[in-house]
Amino acid sequence: MSSDAVTARISPAKPLGQTTRWLGLLALVLTLADLYLIFLVAPADAVLGQVQRIFYIHVPMAVLSFLAFFLVFVGSLVFLMRRTPRWDRLAHAATEIGVVLVTLALLTGIIWARPVWGVWWTWEPRLTTTLILWLIYVACLMVRAYAPSRSRGAVYAAVVGIIGFADVPIVYYSVQWWRSIHPAPVVGPLAEAGALEPIMLAIFLFSLAAFLVVFLYLLLQRIAVRRLEDQAAGVRLASGGQASPGAP
Amino acid sequence: MTQFLGTVAVLVWKDLKLEFRSRDILVSVLVFGLLVALLFSFALKPSPGEGARLAPAILWVALAFSGTITVTRTFVREQEQGGLEGLLLTPASRDAIFLGKALTSFLFMLAVEAVLLPAFSALLAAPLLSAGIAVTAVLATLGFATLGTLFSAIAVQTRSREIMLPVLFFPIILPLLIGAVESSAHALSGGGFSRWLPLMGVFDALFLVLCPWAFGAIMEE
Repeated sequence: MSSDAVTARISPAKPLGQTTRWLGLLALVLTLADLYLIFLVAPADAVLGQVQRIFYIHVPMAVLSFLAFFLVFVGSLVFLMRRTPRWDRLAHAATEIGVVLVTLALLTGIIWARPVWGVWWTWEPRLTTTLILWLIYVACLMVRAYAPSRSRGAVYAAVVGIIGFADVPIVYYSVQWWRSIHPAPVVGPLAEAGALEPIMLAIFLFSLAAFLVVFLYLLLQRIAVRRLEDQAAGVRLASGGQASPGAP
Repeated sequence: MTQFLGTVAVLVWKDLKLEFRSRDILVSVLVFGLLVALLFSFALKPSPGEGARLAPAILWVALAFSGTITVTRTFVREQEQGGLEGLLLTPASRDAIFLGKALTSFLFMLAVEAVLLPAFSALLAAPLLSAGIAVTAVLATLGFATLGTLFSAIAVQTRSREIMLPVLFFPIILPLLIGAVESSAHALSGGGFSRWLPLMGVFDALFLVLCPWAFGAIMEE
């Protein structure tokens, strides 16, 4: 008997909060405006041409995937210490969104690399690290799904979430010791001054904000759905039915 | 502390005795490691001069695969007849059980390497018996055994456990594997100890602290 039966309160399902709804609307508006800015306002890059526009989508997704995996780490750590399902929900939701973001960042990177580097893929440090990151968090979702019970799956996923996050700097440094051809960062503390036109920088920051709102919206939605799943599992257990082994 | 080490020693001795009587892990892992080397030789068809260039890659892929089998077998053996439940019921702490299992796997893998290294040296015509490679092997095996023991404790509990261990294990162990290959290549080209060894040491130290803690969390249920 898993502990889910105890932890999931059997109460009428709470509708998704009003705040989440407004956040969704805001995400829609910002995304549409972002697309307009990226494709109709932003100037074409002097060297790379049209293909550079993918940067406004690729970089925010890569940045936010790091935020997602940091949230996985925090959620997993607190969950293992307190064993309260709310932190597991955060870790689970952040893992799923992080995997989606890394997948899209990899795919947009591949599309960009073909015309610019002449190859779809190259074993360059940042690409390699990102691919390994993807593998680690896919494994994290797999171990949750294949666990004998939901509560066991939560613990296993938390362990992988923590170990995987601790591994990231080592992975990065170990692959860094090869030669790098990834474009140097053009924004942030490592950037050279004037690497990006002011209008491009403004659009990039807008895009980052838009993606952040989408990210938060997805996160809150996924956590709410997970709460409903937990309640459904609790009802099933309480009514003497078979607990489904591991949520997908 | 003395009592803790005593418990670890008893646990390791139990597994060594079991292995000495059955010999199923060491023999199967050894044969498997040689098979991997053989497959590589057929697939890559190294010409006489190329053995030394390909040896680090072949060696560490073979050892990585045989390592996953070693850690799985040491845990499955506990799992099969409820031995793990028995172990958890004893007053031995979770840390002692974890370190006992990890140390057993570490010793098994070192024993396998002690045979495979000379064998690969002969098969691939590469001087794999040097101090640089010995240190590399010890550091890599330590990390393999530590992380492998934690993940096999998880993997044996899941459905499709044969695939779960490599899926969990290989992405996270990758820095160690890169380090082992690069460091072996460095030693093979006559460079002695490489700069990868400290990185491998950091990796081992980090997971020697994290894994027993995580093992305790897994075994609480």
